Amino acid sequence: MLPRLFSFNGGVKPDPNKGDSTREPIARLPLPPQLVVPLHQHIGGTPRPLVGVGERVLRGQRVGGADGNVSSAVHAPTSGRVIAVESRLMPHASGLSAPAIVIEPDGEDRHVEREAFDWHAASPGEVRDFLRDAGVVGLGGAVFPSHLKLNPGKAGHTDTLVLNGAECEPFITCDDMLMRTEPEGILRGALIMKKMLAARQVLVGIEDNKPEAAAALKAAAAALGDTSLEVVVVPTRYPAGGAKQLIRVLTGIEVPHGSRSTDYGVQCFNVATSLAVFQALEQGEPLIRRIVTVAGNVERPRNFEVAIGTPIGFVFAHAGLKPDTDKLIMGGPMMGMPLPGVDAPVVKATNCLLASSAALFPPPEPELPCIRCGECARACPADLQPFELYWHSRSRNFGRAQEYHLFDCIECGCCAYVCPSHIPLVDYYRYAKSEIWARERDKDAADSARERFEFRNWRAEREKEEKAARLAARSAAKPAAAPAATDGAAPTADAAVDPKKALIEAAMARAKAQKEAVAAKNTAEPDAAQQAQIDEADARRARAAATPDSERTE
Amino acid sequence: MYNSPFLRQKASVRRVMVTVLVAMLPAIAVQVWLFGIGLLLQLAIASAVALACEAGMLALRRRPVARALGDGSALVTAWLIAVCLPPLLPWWMIVLGTAFAIVIGKHLYGGLGQNPFNPAMLAYCVLIVSFPALMSQWPGLHGGDAAAQLHWIAGGERTLDAMTGATPLDALRTGLHGGGEVASVMQSAAVGPAFGHVAGAGWEWVALAWAAGGLLLLAMRIITWHIPVAFLGTLAAIAGLASAIDGAHFAGPAFHLLAGGSMLGAFFIATDPVSGATTPRGKLIFAAGIALIAWLIRSFGAYPDGIAFAVLLMNICVPLIDQKTQPPVFGHKLGKPDGGAK
Repeated sequence: MLPRLFSFNGGVKPDPNKGDSTREPIARLPLPPQLVVPLHQHIGGTPRPLVGVGERVLRGQRVGGADGNVSSAVHAPTSGRVIAVESRLMPHASGLSAPAIVIEPDGEDRHVEREAFDWHAASPGEVRDFLRDAGVVGLGGAVFPSHLKLNPGKAGHTDTLVLNGAECEPFITCDDMLMRTEPEGILRGALIMKKMLAARQVLVGIEDNKPEAAAALKAAAAALGDTSLEVVVVPTRYPAGGAKQLIRVLTGIEVPHGSRSTDYGVQCFNVATSLAVFQALEQGEPLIRRIVTVAGNVERPRNFEVAIGTPIGFVFAHAGLKPDTDKLIMGGPMMGMPLPGVDAPVVKATNCLLASSAALFPPPEPELPCIRCGECARACPADLQPFELYWHSRSRNFGRAQEYHLFDCIECGCCAYVCPSHIPLVDYYRYAKSEIWARERDKDAADSARERFEFRNWRAEREKEEKAARLAARSAAKPAAAPAATDGAAPTADAAVDPKKALIEAAMARAKAQKEAVAAKNTAEPDAAQQAQIDEADARRARAAATPDSERTE
Repeated sequence: MYNSPFLRQKASVRRVMVTVLVAMLPAIAVQVWLFGIGLLLQLAIASAVALACEAGMLALRRRPVARALGDGSALVTAWLIAVCLPPLLPWWMIVLGTAFAIVIGKHLYGGLGQNPFNPAMLAYCVLIVSFPALMSQWPGLHGGDAAAQLHWIAGGERTLDAMTGATPLDALRTGLHGGGEVASVMQSAAVGPAFGHVAGAGWEWVALAWAAGGLLLLAMRIITWHIPVAFLGTLAAIAGLASAIDGAHFAGPAFHLLAGGSMLGAFFIATDPVSGATTPRGKLIFAAGIALIAWLIRSFGAYPDGIAFAVLLMNICVPLIDQKTQPPVFGHKLGKPDGGAK
């Protein structure tokens, strides 16, 4: 039976360029002389280093422990010696450095004692913790910790588990080759996840330009004999491999920005993630290697199985970088990012390493004014009006940009791909988003400064009051003792109490006056800097009030 | 250093503009064949003036002249002005109109992409308001030889009846004002021949040629179906309704669709993306509004054809229309639309 397919609006059809890197099977890349394993390779908290310099590590040994639940562990990809725990260049467009464990392989590749984990018997929470500590994160590129997504949510069950084998970006073929070679592991991983999500069915979505992968998975599904597994071939149209777009195509469900897809009865994982889940739970192998497509301006485009932490230059050397390469890109040509240098390591997010040349990806022509032709709106898979977002982002009108759903933009690049004015539209959205995040951080900082200031005032007041009360109590005690001594006779209670009361009241009045003076002094004259900060915070709050909460970032 | 996407489609503003120019060729050819070569001279004058004004304004605004001149947008404006003006106007009028469109209509608002009004329609309105008599002198079918046409354009003395005839829209208006009825005016000996089969001898062919060019624009994905369909559909519906109610005083839909600038307006004028609505629903509203206003001006106004005024009036409404017709965003289609209005 053919399942009914749905469609998303927009999208583009660039030349897939997937032929060159799929001619040869996946090759296992040798270990480099040095592995740079970044601690932070996923969305969420940065793991704590668990090893020190000089320590010997084994393959699969945890070297970074998850920092809280929204985090994931990292492991040594081979056995060797830790030669540094320090900041190293990261595969990030800005060229930032971040803490990494630097390992010198000893060539023995000795494995740590594999933990036998009976996931059938374990509770779902225990399985999730195990996957977190096995470092399993989304391998489609978003590197979101998988254990967080393996939760059926409020309803306690899910309808559909979507396996994403669409791989819509041109040049990238790592999932294609993985599906051809490991179809059974992928599907068995999916069945594990299906059980964890209490899902009714598993739909594997594959674009129709990968017939070999679809055939391999269909054969594997038939061999497993599980009727809840279905391999669905979807039309090739970028970005059909976007999680939300694929969910839409396979189920007709549109998951809005900022909501959990499990609330809509569906969850989506990349096929490589599924295999990683299977390998972690059934084989005790944490996530220490991944398939990386090396393509573009190289002599021998191919897919390699690469140890996480392998320097990018080492990978390119094996594929033969052509001399006229002008840029290295991590990811595909539509959403990839320019790499700061060949020293940055392969990380869990590295699905593709693309060498660019002026002939392959010509530099953009000069930007012309927007003529509102609407091509971008027709291409946008999120149904946005990209030229309006551009307009407001460019004029720094960020509130309006958010009203036009800036944060629903998935930065797929379709708008810039079709723009006849060659406007780098996505750059404008990235800029607007980062400005809005920066403003929110500033606002939070100003708010805490204001809270600190107000707390200090309150504390000063409280101390003055306490001091005044103490003084009053002391001065009341003195005269009360004096009449008792001079009268000699036992005073009546009234006589003793009345002057005491009067004294206390007088002292209280003094204290009150003093307190008012003090309070006035503190609140009326915050210093200039503090006042400026308060004003700024107020202004920002007023601006922020104009922005609906629903459009705030996740 | 630049960022993703690194792949880009082969598309450019110049390609868009050149396609529009090519799509105008059939109608220009038909117009030259039926009404004489005057139009070619007007096209040349308008193009030269538009390019000169564009270059001058770019230089004054300290913008790169060569790159912006090459985008072809000034030529499109120039050609649209030339084809909608009577082809035998004295040369200085088309100079005035084109210069006004480029200098005031386009560059004083910020140049390409920034003008709120359709520059060609601004030029048309400025000229018809300033020189109503000259603007109503269209050549008759095969009116006058080339030498006589060029003599007129060069500013020579004009003998009215020699070459010009009333346009069908004009003739109908005058006839109705004179107490006639639609059918009798169209069959009268004086102006009857001007009406051809349906909407004016020759004009029907010009209109069909514009429609053919418009279909090319649709096929090349330069425009979407929304504006032509909404414009022609609304015009036909209103004209059909009015003529059904009072056939003696209102012309029918076929006449309205093929007369005057209906087809030119539907496919080439109202579809200007810069000054028009951009959302799908907005385009429908925008085009329907133009059709309604144009029909009102044709039927009750002081000018024979109202498309230019209708376009400018709807141009004013575009920001509001666009804001109120934002399409629902992915995932928000079932919920209430929360974008657009502030």
